[in-house]
This record gives sequence, C-alpha cells and structure tokens, in this order.
Amino acid sequence: MALPCGTYNTRYEQAFAIFRTKTHWAMLVGLLVLLAMLPFVLNSYSLTVINMMLIMIIAVQGLNIVTGYCGQIHFGQAAFMAVGAYSSALLMNHFGLSFWLCLPLAGIITALVGILFGLPSVRVKGIYLALVTLAAQFIIIYVIETPLQWLTGGQWAMDTPAPQLWGFVFNTQLELFYLIAAVTVLMTFIAKNLARTRVGRNFVAVRDNDIAAEVMGINIMRTKVLAFAIASFYAGVAGSLWAHYTQAFTTTDFSLMQSIWFVGMLIVGGMGTIVGPILGTMFITLLDQLVLLFTPTMAATLPVLTVAQISSIAMFAFALVIIVFLVWEPRGLAHRWEIFKTSYRLWPFAY
Amino acid sequence: MTFFLQCVLSGISAGAVYGLAALGFVLIYKTTGILNLAQGSLIMLGGYLFSSLALLAGLPIWLAILLSLLIMGALGYCVERFPLRPMLGQPHLAIIMVTLALAIFFNAIVTSVWGEYAVMPTPYFLPSEAIKIGTVVVTSNLFWSFIIAGAIVGAFVLFFQFSRLGLNMRATAEGHQIVRSMGISVSAIIAVTWAAASIIGTSGGILTGQIRGIDYGLADYGLKAIGGAILGGLDSIHGAIIGCLIVGVLETLAGGYIGHGIKNVFPYIILVIAIVIKPYGLFGLERIERV
Repeated sequence: MALPCGTYNTRYEQAFAIFRTKTHWAMLVGLLVLLAMLPFVLNSYSLTVINMMLIMIIAVQGLNIVTGYCGQIHFGQAAFMAVGAYSSALLMNHFGLSFWLCLPLAGIITALVGILFGLPSVRVKGIYLALVTLAAQFIIIYVIETPLQWLTGGQWAMDTPAPQLWGFVFNTQLELFYLIAAVTVLMTFIAKNLARTRVGRNFVAVRDNDIAAEVMGINIMRTKVLAFAIASFYAGVAGSLWAHYTQAFTTTDFSLMQSIWFVGMLIVGGMGTIVGPILGTMFITLLDQLVLLFTPTMAATLPVLTVAQISSIAMFAFALVIIVFLVWEPRGLAHRWEIFKTSYRLWPFAY
Repeated sequence: MTFFLQCVLSGISAGAVYGLAALGFVLIYKTTGILNLAQGSLIMLGGYLFSSLALLAGLPIWLAILLSLLIMGALGYCVERFPLRPMLGQPHLAIIMVTLALAIFFNAIVTSVWGEYAVMPTPYFLPSEAIKIGTVVVTSNLFWSFIIAGAIVGAFVLFFQFSRLGLNMRATAEGHQIVRSMGISVSAIIAVTWAAASIIGTSGGILTGQIRGIDYGLADYGLKAIGGAILGGLDSIHGAIIGCLIVGVLETLAGGYIGHGIKNVFPYIILVIAIVIKPYGLFGLERIERV
C-alpha cells in the first residue's frame, strides 16, 4: 500500500496497521459518525433500502472471500443465506434462544452446510465446482421447501420475532439500522483482517495458481473448503439478520436470481478487495432504486409500455451493467477507487 | 411393475428431449470451452417465439417451426458475435457471468414481450391420445417427441461426422492453432456453432412445449439438461445423449416414487454425485493438467 508522502514505517506494528496515519483515523471516525447520523437525514423508505443493502453487503463480503480471494466461482450464496435465515428463525422459535446466540449459531450451521458443498473441490475445480454451487442453490431450496416442510412450513412465510437485547426490542427501521450497521461494520473488519492473515494469503495463492500453491506446501483442499465455510458463515449471518429484519420471509427471497445478483454486485464492485463488495452492492442497489424511481415517470410519458415491460427494465439494466463491466472494467469500481486514491495522494504531480 | 415401466418409458422420452438441450451445452463447450448457462433461457425464448408465430401470427405449424429455428439461429450467432467474442481468453468466471447476464436478458425479453407471467397457450401439433404397449400406457406425444428428438440428434450426428462444416467444427474442438494453420476461420466456426446450438436447443424447447406446455419454467427446465451433460461428459456428444436418457429416466422414477417436487432438483443431485465420483463424466475426455 502506498503511504502518504513523508510517512515511513519504522516499526513492524506500523507496517501492520490498517489505519496508519492520523488522517486515516480521522476519516474512519468521520465515516462512522456519518453512518450513525444517516438515519436522521433519510426518510423511512430510504432507511429500509439501506438496511437491506447493509445485509446484502455481508453476503457479498462472504462471496468475495470465496470468489474474489480464493477464486472459486460460487452461484449459491443466496441459498446459503436461506440456510442461515431458517436456522436462526427455528432456533429462536423452537428453542427460545436469544438473537445474540442465534446470529453466530446460524453462521456456524451455514458454514457446516458450506463445508458439505465445498467438499467436491477435492476432485474438481473451475466450472465443475461452479456447477456444484449452482446445484447447491437448487438442492438447498428444495430441501427447505419439501423434505423439511414439517419444520420450515414449506413455501409459507416463516414468522420470526424481532431481535432483543436485555429487554430492548429492535423493532423500528431506525433501531434495526444500528443493529445491522454494527454487524456489517464488524463483519467487514473481520474480512479485511482475514485477507491479511496466513489463511487469506493461502486463498490468494490458490486463486492465482493452485498447482504452484500446492507445490509451496499449501493444502489446496483444506484451503478451498475453508473458503467455502467462511463464505457460508457470512451468508448465514446475513440470512439471520434478514430473517429477524423482515420478520416474515419465504424461500423466494433466496432464489437463484438473488445469487446471481450477489455475483453481479461483486463483479461491479471489484473482486479481491474489501471495498469492492461495498461499492458494488451500493451501485446495484442504487441502480435498482433509480429504475423504481423513474418507473412512474416512464409509465406516464410512454403509455405504450405495459407494466411488465417497465418492470423488466431493472433486469435489462442489470444484465447490461454486468456485461459492460466485464468487458470494459473487469476489475470493478474498486480499481477506479484505487486510481482515484493514488492520484489524490500525489496531486498535483502525475506520479 | 406397470407403473415402473411407465415411468421408464416417459423418462426415456423426457431424456431424449433433454438431450437436445444438452447438445447445445456440449457443442459450445467442445468448440469454445464456454459453459453457456443462457441455454435454458434461449430455449424458453425459442418456445415462446414458436407459439407466437403459430398462434398470434397465424402461420402454419411447419412454417412457424422453421421461422423460429431460423430466428433463434440468427440470435445465437449474434450472441457469439457481440457480447462473447470480446471475452475470448478471459477467466471462466467472467465468461460464465456473461452467459448468465444473457440469460437474464432473455428472461427480461420474455417478460417484456409476453407479459409478467408470460402466459401463452401452446400450439400442440403432436397427437396426444394414449398408446398401449403391452400393459403400459403412454401418451403418444411422448412417443412422437422421442422419435423426433432421436431423428434430430441422428441428423445432427450425421452432419457432424460427414459434412465439411461438421468436420471443421470437430477440428476446431481439437485445437484452435492447428485449425487456423489449415486455413479455417476459427471465429466463423465458433459463430456457426453458437447458431447450431441455439437451433438444436430451440427444437428441444418446441418439443418440450408439446409435453409440458410453454411457460416461464421452460428456462429452468432447459438448464436442468446440464445434469445429463455432466453425467455423460461435457465434451462428448454421445455421452450427453446417454447421460440425458439416464437423467430423464431417474428423474421420472424419482418423481413417481418420492414425490413430484423432486423432479425439479433431481438432475442437480445427479450432477453433484457425478462430479464427485467421475468429474469428467462417463464418456468425457479426462484432462491432465501440467504446470
């Protein structure tokens, strides 16, 4: 990482620091204060959108670990989120566990399912592994809907109570915002640090060249399965939050389409970076909301269009954005952000 | 026993129709190494196009089939030409994501043209009375779709084995460098392959429509053929056909004995098992990787 002009690392702790200079710390505090102030500037609808977006950021961070860092294509993140949502809801409804136990437990249960579907990476890689995750998407949703119908209620909505902390019920969008934002910040922090540890470096080695990684003594199978487990843990936490946030959800919230949206967000944001999932999720959510915002105007100005045509505009836009990013900016918004940061530091010089 | 045989027979015909969809996957994978996840949506679009041409435009059935195959062939060509050619040589994830984006694009076309629930009556042209074979009763549309699917596959295999273009396509599948040095345009062959895959997939879609009607679920139905393609080996044409027949029979048996819902995921269960036990399929070429 390029340091600001005149800053030198003289101790090892300084080289490890994420927030190195006083400016970094000031910006961090500023960002957190801004995040905390956000609900007071936004109306309740925007807050709903932001809440869902924050939950999705967690899921996409998880996807980033397995796809961005470890290089394994994953088309089933939404189904793993469903596992987290259902296990969290069931733990709370049937065993009366508190939300603070349900959240990590949902993550752990989902991680176990993730290990199960990560195991084929012993034998295959590349698109074959991608197909296993695609199959996982269909199989998990089927298992939740049909064989476990007695437990999950099948296609009916699952009721989930609101989270509680020492008798305080997180019920309104505002209260939930602080809860979700805190979890999102924590999970992002963990992801950032994970990427810098031995495990994270193993992931990158396996992504860049798995045979070379194996020659260097990295156990590829363990690394890949671990990546799937961690990604699923993130999905489980996101699912648990989703369950307690919506307080009634069905399997349709976790369709294949949702999984594809997650991968799309990751691609738009930039794989293998921590800021990528955040930017990508923000970008796609914003795009979605813009389309929604202009729908009434479009319906009024172009009455030839039917409702179905207008509602499919979001899909067209999403497909086009993905293709445009893949063709022209495969490294995503995060790469643009890096370029901006570098030129900002060096301004007014070119290099 | 009768029920078992009935499941097997209808499974075979379902598998034959899967085979057409799977041929699309295999053809494209063989020549370009791309896994085209848009195949299901392409099939659905073809099915809708056919019903609209037959019912809304009032064309005779044979003309509607011919026109929809031609249009979908042209669309397959355009798909290769515009979003996918710049992606040649990119990582797997990028290319798969482009095909998925295309799938979303085709789904959006279907919802925007045919409405939100995409309700469309299906023009049935195959007879649907019951046929008795011994004690087993099969509806004749299953029987005929099996015959037609078999004929299409047969015709395609003949084309692939004996025509000049088929020879070029097989050569391209072997390796691009040599083919170029023989004076064959690889990009033209790849474009033709996409068109051919689209045409075969559409014929599969039209036949599937004769069995289960044409609706929005056709895209998922077409995507399920990937199970058969993997079981048989993603780069083997006869493997894909055999794999799809196996998947069709097993799926129908599972649907008959376990419950109807499992039919939608059974090919994926087979896919996972096949990948764990025999990753390159029953007839696929095992790739040995060297640094």
